[in-house]
Amino acid sequence: MQPNIANPFSSYDPGAYYCELTARSGDGGSAALVRRRITKIGLDALRLRARAAERDLFNLGITFTVYSESSAIDRILPFDCVPRIIAADEWSVLERGVAQRVRALNLFLADIYNTRHITRDGVIPPELVYGNANYRPEMEGFPVRFGTYVHICGIDLVRDERGAFSVLEDNARTPSGVSYVVENRHLMLRAFPDLVAGMKLRPVDDYGRRLRSAMDEIAPEGIDNPQVVLLSPGIYNSAYFEHVFLAREMGVPLVEGADLTVEDDKVWMRTTAGLRRVHTIYRRIADDFLDPTVFRPDSLLGVRGLIGAWRQGNVTLANAVGTGVADDKAVYAYMPRIIRYYLDEDAILPNVETHICGEPDGLAYTLANLDKLVIKPVGESGGYGITVGPRASRSELDAARALLVADPANWISQPMISLSVAPTLTEAGLRPRHLDLRPFAITGRETWVLPGGLSRVALKEGSLIVNSSQGGGSKDTWVLAE
Amino acid sequence: MIGLQRRTPLLTRDAEGLFWMARYLERVENLARLIDVTQTFESPGREAESWAALVAIMADDAGLQERGLAMDAASIKRFYLLDPTNPTGIPACIELARTNARTLRPLISTEMWMQLNVFHHDLLAIEPWELDGDALSRLCRRIKEGVQAHTGITEGTFFRDQGWHFYEVGRLIERADQTTRLLDIKYHLLARGTPEQRRVAELTQWNALLRAAAGYHGFRRVAQAGFVPADVVAFLLGDTSFARSVALCVGQMDWHFSALRSRYGLRDTAPVLERIEDLRVALGEPVLRLLPDGLHDFLDSMQRDLAKLGELIGTMFFRDWRPLKQSQTQGHGPHEHSQDGQADHGPSQGGQSQSQVQRTP
Repeated sequence: MQPNIANPFSSYDPGAYYCELTARSGDGGSAALVRRRITKIGLDALRLRARAAERDLFNLGITFTVYSESSAIDRILPFDCVPRIIAADEWSVLERGVAQRVRALNLFLADIYNTRHITRDGVIPPELVYGNANYRPEMEGFPVRFGTYVHICGIDLVRDERGAFSVLEDNARTPSGVSYVVENRHLMLRAFPDLVAGMKLRPVDDYGRRLRSAMDEIAPEGIDNPQVVLLSPGIYNSAYFEHVFLAREMGVPLVEGADLTVEDDKVWMRTTAGLRRVHTIYRRIADDFLDPTVFRPDSLLGVRGLIGAWRQGNVTLANAVGTGVADDKAVYAYMPRIIRYYLDEDAILPNVETHICGEPDGLAYTLANLDKLVIKPVGESGGYGITVGPRASRSELDAARALLVADPANWISQPMISLSVAPTLTEAGLRPRHLDLRPFAITGRETWVLPGGLSRVALKEGSLIVNSSQGGGSKDTWVLAE
Repeated sequence: MIGLQRRTPLLTRDAEGLFWMARYLERVENLARLIDVTQTFESPGREAESWAALVAIMADDAGLQERGLAMDAASIKRFYLLDPTNPTGIPACIELARTNARTLRPLISTEMWMQLNVFHHDLLAIEPWELDGDALSRLCRRIKEGVQAHTGITEGTFFRDQGWHFYEVGRLIERADQTTRLLDIKYHLLARGTPEQRRVAELTQWNALLRAAAGYHGFRRVAQAGFVPADVVAFLLGDTSFARSVALCVGQMDWHFSALRSRYGLRDTAPVLERIEDLRVALGEPVLRLLPDGLHDFLDSMQRDLAKLGELIGTMFFRDWRPLKQSQTQGHGPHEHSQDGQADHGPSQGGQSQSQVQRTP
């Protein structure tokens, strides 16, 4: 009798896209081995195990919460069991590229909040920086330890049809997703040990320890044993699980605004034994909500007087206030020039070609090529407000045109990128789905990049939007050690 | 840095969360016990009477009326097992226990969270048919076992620093309170009929009561043959070998607060310890003097004293993180209170879009 093992890859066709698992080289045969192992497990068993793995995630509460009018629904970030593989030499380029980018972002922030050389030298238009809604005058002339503003950074990378990586977006405020990187690996080891067996992978468990040492390092000078806390908006925040994860991994209290109080320009937390000093705050609350006496007065999430304590040098905030100006989509367009300006190096990771509609040339080009471009608002995140030209209807294009003309400075455009694909388990079997990669970098005195990052995959056929809020899932990301 | 930290700080908010998480879970278990014993007390043709007694003990007459529910077995069972809007019912208690657990996830073990999460899903999916006939007893057992699994996992995995003491205190104060309520059921079910009928009914009821409190076998070991009511009362209230006795709970609370004082330097324990001492004195009262007519009043005042103790713990340890007025009514967890306007809006990721989320109680 013939064993009934159909090759699930036989009907898999990535088309013109770069495939992360079938078009590989330089991986020492790991991808081929994974394909063989998946074939051996077979689609049916793979499905059963994948379903059990997802149920595990749900029961463990590795979820984000979606609120509707009347109910709160816990959702998992769907986990696709086919891993994404990054070869050792590919990673060493990405790692250097991410670290370079973080260095440039920090130098840029230090400059614009202090010496303002870059605008004086005409590298970037001053109004784009100082007129930016995320520019914080409160930061001017304020020293930060080691010149680090962006302590935690997530950089979104995509891969074109030739397999070349480029940067799609910088996340320098409160990037999220790192908990899924670690939890996906745990899940993979638990549920698919036969896929991982014998693979030499760079570990990802180190994130919490690295983050904790960075938070210790950046505490105000002269503090021996700093008290670090993670400041969360609380259980109704969609990333609450990640806050829990990070607090646990660092071994520090997870606090909410109401747990902290400021007296004599010092920050204290309320404990059963009375008030206790806090030295470093990893905050997962946006600038606007940090301190109602300085920013939004209606904020219930923040702490009155926090910014004052910070300005007195009695507490460190990570990330620093005002980093949003650096990851703005309009500033992004200038990143290659910013890198060259401060580091005298070319960007290791190129930008996706970007047209700034606030500039006449960029606007003209965008309007003339609307049906070929992806049009993005500069101030949004989460994949909202995007028009994908080649896939838009006539009326959608007209609507986008009207928005563009009404407020050009609010828009950028980019060519349609052929995001790479990876085999993903679907109802129909293994099918190509687009994905991106968000590596995470931690910077205290030095920068450390977590090997790999979050691979987000658009589960809908043909979709390019990988955000969890819009039907995205994720994959375990393997960085090969050799 | 080498060496372990000896005294980890505990946020007052988390201390309160632990206290209430434990309370709500204990309440769920005891409610299942009460429902189970109520069904056992049901005498054919007079079902409504037993169930009305449960409502009286829970002081829920008004809650039932508000919902326009009749005082019959079917409505009352639904009220406690299926109605999420009833704050004293099982769905609301498990919801609050889980909400507190969510805020405590950095502190509780993964295994505790996972079991509670699954248990919560299970209890919110109770089907109406499970309230009838022999299914009800099985349902009550499943509920009890769920909480017992929680208690066991907690015993085996929960890190025993300050937080554990607050957790234990919450469980103990609730258990003490519930034991007084269980005993009080007798007051509401005075047997009727001929002396012989009364004698048989009494016997059945005391027996069922002890079984509901998981005290039957223990009682048999320490008591004379037969059921002398005074012995049963003395056992449930005062036997410090019986896990659910009020005296044992009070004694253990004393131990926990003493530990919080000596190991963690919490000086606010002093007035709490005094109040616990008062409770012990009250419990020392000879039981015979309470019977037959004084028991209900005694239990009532015991319940009031326990409520006052809970309030005092709130004032001494939990008050700090939010305005005083909010922590003064006891009987609710922190997550009931935060409905009156605490930080319930969360900025979503990346800090750009601000979404206002509505709490769902």
